Amino acid sequence: MNYSVRKFDAVIVGAGGAGLRAAIQLSEAGMKTAVLTKVFPTRSHTVAAQGGVAASLGNSEEDHWHWHMYDTVKGSDWLGDQDAIEFMCRKANEVVVELEHYGMPFDRTDSGKIYQRPFGGHMSNFGEKPVRRSCAAADRTGHAMLHAMYQRNVKANTQFFVEWQALDLVRDADGEVLGVTAMDMETGEIVVFHAKATIFATGGAGRIYYSSTNAFINTGDGVGMAARAGIPLEDMEFWQFHPTGVAGAGVLITEGVRGEGGILRNAQGERFMERYAPNAKDLASRDVVSRAMVTEINEGRGCGPNKDFVLLDITHLPPETIMKRLPGIHEIAVQFAGVDALKEPIPVVPTCHYQMGGIPTNYNGQVVVPGKRTQSEIVPGFYAAGECACASVHGANRLGTNSLLDLLVFGKSAGESAVAELRAGNRTHKPLPQECIDQTLARVNRLNTQKGGANVHETRLDMQRAMQKHAGVFRFKDMLAEGVEKILGIAEQVGQTEIADKSMVFNTARIEALELDNLIEVAKATIVSANARTESRGAHVRDDAPDTPANPNGRDDANWLKHSLWYREGNRLDYKSVKLTPLSVDSIELKTRAY
Amino acid sequence: MEEERRARINRLKWHCRRALLELDLVFQRFWAREEDGLDVQAEATLARLLELEDHDLWALVSGREDTDDPQLKGMIERLRAV
Repeated sequence: MNYSVRKFDAVIVGAGGAGLRAAIQLSEAGMKTAVLTKVFPTRSHTVAAQGGVAASLGNSEEDHWHWHMYDTVKGSDWLGDQDAIEFMCRKANEVVVELEHYGMPFDRTDSGKIYQRPFGGHMSNFGEKPVRRSCAAADRTGHAMLHAMYQRNVKANTQFFVEWQALDLVRDADGEVLGVTAMDMETGEIVVFHAKATIFATGGAGRIYYSSTNAFINTGDGVGMAARAGIPLEDMEFWQFHPTGVAGAGVLITEGVRGEGGILRNAQGERFMERYAPNAKDLASRDVVSRAMVTEINEGRGCGPNKDFVLLDITHLPPETIMKRLPGIHEIAVQFAGVDALKEPIPVVPTCHYQMGGIPTNYNGQVVVPGKRTQSEIVPGFYAAGECACASVHGANRLGTNSLLDLLVFGKSAGESAVAELRAGNRTHKPLPQECIDQTLARVNRLNTQKGGANVHETRLDMQRAMQKHAGVFRFKDMLAEGVEKILGIAEQVGQTEIADKSMVFNTARIEALELDNLIEVAKATIVSANARTESRGAHVRDDAPDTPANPNGRDDANWLKHSLWYREGNRLDYKSVKLTPLSVDSIELKTRAY
Repeated sequence: MEEERRARINRLKWHCRRALLELDLVFQRFWAREEDGLDVQAEATLARLLELEDHDLWALVSGREDTDDPQLKGMIERLRAV
């Protein structure tokens, strides 16, 4: 199998928010920068982000980065690294104002400042009362952000390789990263992008679950590539679930529906949230509502022939309220649930939404792995940012509007770190390791020639169903253990997938098979890490880790205040400590997470 | 000839990979139902529609907005029907 080599100072994989932000930094510094992307940049999943970006600008009321930091540490259930969280919260104003200068059309106050609105979990004065911290551009924040940054990149001469599928990281025997192999979808041609700096910004892998709010492109390509290259994956057991995804489709029904009076009901028509959260009821926090829904389903009170969903009822609301205050909900219900929400309730299930774990990095966006001397040694030439990376600022649970902030701050810092290394002359185009490239070619060749193998679509469905059942929103000891065996079995199948279409031009079957190679690594990392962590923390909740005075909410700091690291080789786990010391302020001390 | 069509269809299918799950799901159903009946004219219309931004495309497909373009209108109706 043939391939060619192209040389760049830097190659970035992924053109969502993090990739575009990193590219600006490199291209404007005069570095020859390639950005590889599966889809046109402004069709990256960042488009779906509506809520806004958090920054303590204080435009509407008093605010401070230290309060934002406190909220983020608390939200993370103390698993977030406090140095990275301080770094992110302190940088927030700078990256938001930069974005404004790039032409981002933020909503404005009457006096022309960036308008800010409140968002769940963001408080003033160390958790006292809600604060207006989210900066948005109507309900198209992510979309507007991508446009502003794409235009800036075009001006800075970033070279985009659109509709290219990255295949593998190129890492030599010294552990240095020298670029990435990729396939041009248009021709099937394979190219090694030989680079002094390689930045992964490939987004999350929400498609490992059967029910996911993520678009089909979110297949964890960077995470899978990193795992195959021997990089451990950090905290992969932590996935945020949104309570109300349309059953069977995953499309997100905004929290605003319950805010306007929508009620969750079980098969008996009971408003079951009254039993789980007598005060907040249907407006309790995401994790509480999700777990209540799963308990109802598990105890046989789910709806439908398989009793596998509950109902979101808005039929008691005036139709004009629904059409005016909840635009789009009626259409979503008709299109994806086949119901007229004005007359019938909508079937919903808790749905995978966001990946908190990922490729381990420090707050400079440099990928770090345990080494001979320390727990976090830099992998030369390798950087990661955004949802594919774990800095770790979200820890066990992410706050809304911190995801867009994460990709801006760490996209920028990954770019800055790469520029500094390149300017210092620390990086050269080291000779490419042939063995590494051959492994990738062999993987593609295996797929092209496999006979009598597994069907890609069915194997992916098996994986998604197993993940949903065994490592969903509420986790059970025996189910997790069974799930590990099941996923490892499915992984064997993934190694033998077969595609009927062997054509070269835009062979989507081949792309989907290659994506599945990445998804399965994420699934393995998730279920193995979840099975091992015998506490409940943030989004990881187990039935055998109950709420006791010694371990409130099931959190076991004595044994589990540590990051998981999953290695593909040997399917083994290691752990590293959480950084409890911030950069300049006192540590935010451990306490029970309660709102 | 058949190979050329397959390449064109595959390219269109990839361009149906969007940023929003809503659109991914609609296009998934569309291809399962309409692939065999898609003529060259319809292919061209679909390609034109796929140039739109995701939020604008979803506004049309979900029925929140409409277009006066008769060709696009026809394709949007087919998408709504799936």
